[in-house]
Amino acid sequence: MRILARYPILLAGALITGSLILTAVLSLVWTPLPPAQINILQRLKPPLEQGLLGTDQFGRDMASMLMAGAWNSLSTAFLAVAAGASIGSVLGLLAAAGRDLLQTVLMRICDVIFAVPPILSAMVLGAFLGAGRFTAIIAIGTFMIPVFARLTLAGALQIWTRPYVLAAIGMGRSALRITLVHVLPNISNQIIVQVTIQLGLAILTEAGLSFLGLGLTPPAPTWGRMLADAQTFIGQAPWLAVLPGAATLMAVIGFSLLGDGLRELLDPRSR
Amino acid sequence: MASLIARRLTSLLVTLLVTSLLIFLAMDLLPGDPAAVMLGTSASPDTLAALQRELGLDQPLPLRYLGWISGVLQGDLGTSYTYGVPVAGLIVERLAVTLPLAAMAILISLLIAVPLGVEAARRQKRLIDLAVGLFSYVGIAVPAFWLGLLLILLFATNLGWMPAGGFPGWEAGTLLALQALLLPAVALALPQAAVLTRVTRAAVLETLNEDFVRTARAKGLGEGGAVWQHALPASLVPIITVFGLQATFLVAGAVLVENVFNLPGLGRLAYQALSQRDVIVMQDVVLFFAGLVIVMNFLVELAYILVDPRLRAERS
Repeated sequence: MRILARYPILLAGALITGSLILTAVLSLVWTPLPPAQINILQRLKPPLEQGLLGTDQFGRDMASMLMAGAWNSLSTAFLAVAAGASIGSVLGLLAAAGRDLLQTVLMRICDVIFAVPPILSAMVLGAFLGAGRFTAIIAIGTFMIPVFARLTLAGALQIWTRPYVLAAIGMGRSALRITLVHVLPNISNQIIVQVTIQLGLAILTEAGLSFLGLGLTPPAPTWGRMLADAQTFIGQAPWLAVLPGAATLMAVIGFSLLGDGLRELLDPRSR
Repeated sequence: MASLIARRLTSLLVTLLVTSLLIFLAMDLLPGDPAAVMLGTSASPDTLAALQRELGLDQPLPLRYLGWISGVLQGDLGTSYTYGVPVAGLIVERLAVTLPLAAMAILISLLIAVPLGVEAARRQKRLIDLAVGLFSYVGIAVPAFWLGLLLILLFATNLGWMPAGGFPGWEAGTLLALQALLLPAVALALPQAAVLTRVTRAAVLETLNEDFVRTARAKGLGEGGAVWQHALPASLVPIITVFGLQATFLVAGAVLVENVFNLPGLGRLAYQALSQRDVIVMQDVVLFFAGLVIVMNFLVELAYILVDPRLRAERS
């Protein structure tokens, strides 16, 4: 607790992301109304008139949809970052332990992957595999691979020149053992910070994919598709266009605050 | 320096070729036959076979890749299945919307980011610095397409000052066309500006303590002159770097924002190709966007060499 008070950014980030994750998990067992429950008679009611946050064009409860949307958005982002971070970090560590040629090849491939925004790869995947959580996770996760591969390679290369690693090499330790015992523990903090920051970006990207109809398929509510649907009713029901975007904004801000806070806590040099 | 540029140029060409190969393989290895994807499930086997022949799908993989890439190199990107016109023409036509949109967005983001970043660095930890910090936090997190919706809500629906979307075409008059692009450009620019503001502030802060800035102050150049004429130019390398990295996000943002504002640009073309399952158009547009990002990054590296004499000396 005292740690949190000394790091206000970390505290703010932890509070926002914590309550978001709680809301998302809560939505699995309880929402004010079933998020898919249609009630045409109560359609397009403003906040507080019907339910806490009003209703959409089918009379569905906005608060319930936003809660379920939090789960869909967060779980997709978590899985995508988990996949991208683990593959990318392993590749980075491998390249650092290997030869120059391996590093050059890996970095070139990273350049190529990084040149294709997830929106475009999701379109390509979506055309063949259909839209859905899987498509979104693959598209976002693939884009994360170069981010983590570059970060790990740069960090690991530094560690490989340290005296204690040179000593370990001199003692005949294998590259695998040096990587696991010396390199990884020394760069794990950087990876953790980056995972947090990328979670925010993954949520942002997921919202964009859902907005284009490339995310989870209906009736599962997503913040992005709620915004796409809101376009038609923007004059009549502005809250439909405001609320899901505000939720996305809060989520992204929360994770970037948490990431910056963790950086301050784990890496005193960055201050 | 010439040999340095030649080396970079070779690496650029290799990256572009690898990119085209990867895009081609991704399209090919994904389950589903492009011809079947285009025709849908109700197509007869004869139609399917005819389209497969037309697309060259009956040929072996390396030949198909060579056919596609040699066409691309000669400016022949194939023919769109849904529009029945050459894809190259389609892309050029759509660029007339996307390029000015991107240029406006870049201009707006620089006009916001550089002054804000420099002023925040000059008055570190004062009110303006905190306000700028808050702006960049929110700006980085805001979804560009949502910002577009909010701008439509405010300036089109409520105030009625701006069109809510659509594009009249350049033949309707430059002013009208620019007006249609203004809100989308702002929506695209703000998140970029937030990132650039942060980088500008950090870069200027770092150079403010350097000897040559102190010298500039000592010789009687005002505080503003020292910052704008000496600290800012010396901070350009990180600013340009991030600018180049942002190309990827600018492309992604353009796809979304064009769809919000219903602009007939390249991003909308990609989206339409997706919904109409026009595989050739998708393959070409993805290659075009990826190539654009790679070339931008290449130009950024060239710009380093021009901006920073130290790098020029080191590398050559």
